[in-house]
Amino acid sequence: MSKVQLTNVKKTYPNGAVAVRGVDMEIQSGEFIVFVGPSGCGKSTLLRMVAGLESITDGQIMIDDQLMNDISPADRDVAMVFQNYALYPHMTVRGNMSYGLKNRGMPKEEINQRVSDAAKMLRIGDFLDRQPNELSGGQRQRVAMGRAIVREPKVFLFDEPLSNLDAKLRVQMRIEIKRLQRRMNVTSIYVTHDQTEAMTLADRLAVINDGKIEQMGTPIDLYNDPATLFVASFIGSPQVNLLPATFDGQHLISGDVKLTGFTDLPVSTDLVLGIRPDELHLDDGGQFPMRVDIVEQHGSDNLIYGGILGAMNEGEEETEFCFKAGQDMLPDLESTLMLGFNAERAMVFSKDSGERLR
Amino acid sequence: MKQWNWRLISTHAILIVGVIFMSLPVWVAFATSTHSAEHILRNGLQFWPGSELLKTYNEVLFVDGGVMKSVLGTTMLKNSLILGFGFAIGKVIVSMLAAYAIVYFRFKLAVPLFWIIFMTLLLPLEVRIIPSYEVMASLGLLDTHFGLIVPLIASATGTFFFRQFFRSVPDELLEAARLDGATAWGFFIDILVPLSKTMIAAILIIMFVVGWNQYLWPLIMTTKEENYTLVIGIKQIYQILAEGGELPQYQKAFALTILATLPPVLVVLVFQNWFVKGLVESEK
Repeated sequence: MSKVQLTNVKKTYPNGAVAVRGVDMEIQSGEFIVFVGPSGCGKSTLLRMVAGLESITDGQIMIDDQLMNDISPADRDVAMVFQNYALYPHMTVRGNMSYGLKNRGMPKEEINQRVSDAAKMLRIGDFLDRQPNELSGGQRQRVAMGRAIVREPKVFLFDEPLSNLDAKLRVQMRIEIKRLQRRMNVTSIYVTHDQTEAMTLADRLAVINDGKIEQMGTPIDLYNDPATLFVASFIGSPQVNLLPATFDGQHLISGDVKLTGFTDLPVSTDLVLGIRPDELHLDDGGQFPMRVDIVEQHGSDNLIYGGILGAMNEGEEETEFCFKAGQDMLPDLESTLMLGFNAERAMVFSKDSGERLR
Repeated sequence: MKQWNWRLISTHAILIVGVIFMSLPVWVAFATSTHSAEHILRNGLQFWPGSELLKTYNEVLFVDGGVMKSVLGTTMLKNSLILGFGFAIGKVIVSMLAAYAIVYFRFKLAVPLFWIIFMTLLLPLEVRIIPSYEVMASLGLLDTHFGLIVPLIASATGTFFFRQFFRSVPDELLEAARLDGATAWGFFIDILVPLSKTMIAAILIIMFVVGWNQYLWPLIMTTKEENYTLVIGIKQIYQILAEGGELPQYQKAFALTILATLPPVLVVLVFQNWFVKGLVESEK
């Protein structure tokens, strides 16, 4: 039961590289927060600063209203799960899990109790006397989590813990992590570059770009109501369709395509229109003529990719759109579909600043 | 098929010649050591074992005045073992600690210090033997095991090997250990030392053989017979042979030589597996 508070946290490396440019965040007790962003955006650095593995250049990190800036990682009462597990290769699973407790001078019986409880929870009880190199990737991941759980820390930190696993196992472990966190109700921070992982795990999601938080909120808020172009294009799979456009007072214009239903937009600035693939629908009177290029059948639904005829293109051949349709929808290649959309649900961004215009 | 057979035969012929070439001198030394002094004096080197095996080795190892004036073979063997193991263990400990400091404590002078240590490779003991002797003499450490071993245990090669090894250990292990509350010492003892055990074995073997074969330094450092190592003993006994005066005890000289080669061979045999692992395997 602990809250974590970041106030204007900054990180500049000695070589002058700026990794984190001032982050403010308040994490409530028991909350599951996910940092998501492209690689090199500073999300891991921020996590490692909370852990105490990176020094803080400026700002404050508080855990339970206690200033953590100069407190050593061991005394912060946080536990971390690393991407490559970082298990001690020469120790058994039991040794790996109990090492941190031993260092804290916990009595033997209590260590054994905690290790066997955690092992039961993670279903690794049968492997306690094996060494890490005798375990599969998924099992190692469980051990790494077990090592964090036995500590009963104030905060769990996860640094891309699933990215070394294969796709199927990743989904399985994702659900397990979520379940575990619910059950233990420990404040958690989870770093990933995988937006599906981020959407499914997070209570709240922080999209990080270039060392700053672009937007923070519940996954569905970020999906439905992104504040910037970056968030809109990062969250959501398949990606949001983007169309460069300008506004003439009544229409949103992109090449030969004229779209109605927009008002109150700045005239003669470069804009970008964003429409989610599932917001498009077949409509004989629709405003987008799309030449079908590829149809991907995903089972329950089909993703239809194609170029919008006549739309403004920026150096590329055509503005490519993705249209999410049901499994019955199988248009011929090179045929033309007329697509409509609901202007209320479309998003318009300023091209230069990336700000959402409402 | 025929060609293949010829190839096999010729290959093995070469190998057998090589084996004979390498091991014949050792065999001759051993065979000669089992004959009596008179027999050797009359008939020269021997290729087949004689009847004096037990007598010779017993005298060399256990009988007072059997080989040297006052020192027993066992005493020299003990001195050699102390020198060999003290040298090897001391080197491993010192170079591991030095490498640990250089790799994990990123103090400003780490890199220049490392290269200074590395440069001492250009200054082997033979170059600094007089100042080293001077220091030991003024500390009153001549004729002691401590004085014999300590000036030798700083090791640039060992430090270099351990540095390379520690650098290949993933950083996450250190970070995990820090979060687990391990102290600097705890990380070293609990994580690094067990991880380096094959490396330690490999360096122990090499250094044991080097220490065992030390000649010049023990020769200078020891004045009393009871502190002689086997290598020094061999030199002394051959000197007695050369000076003449009494019936030369060739068989004892050879016995001592054989005894001096045994421990390094044993150490290599025992640690062989680890040694090879340490060289080829990166266990992380």
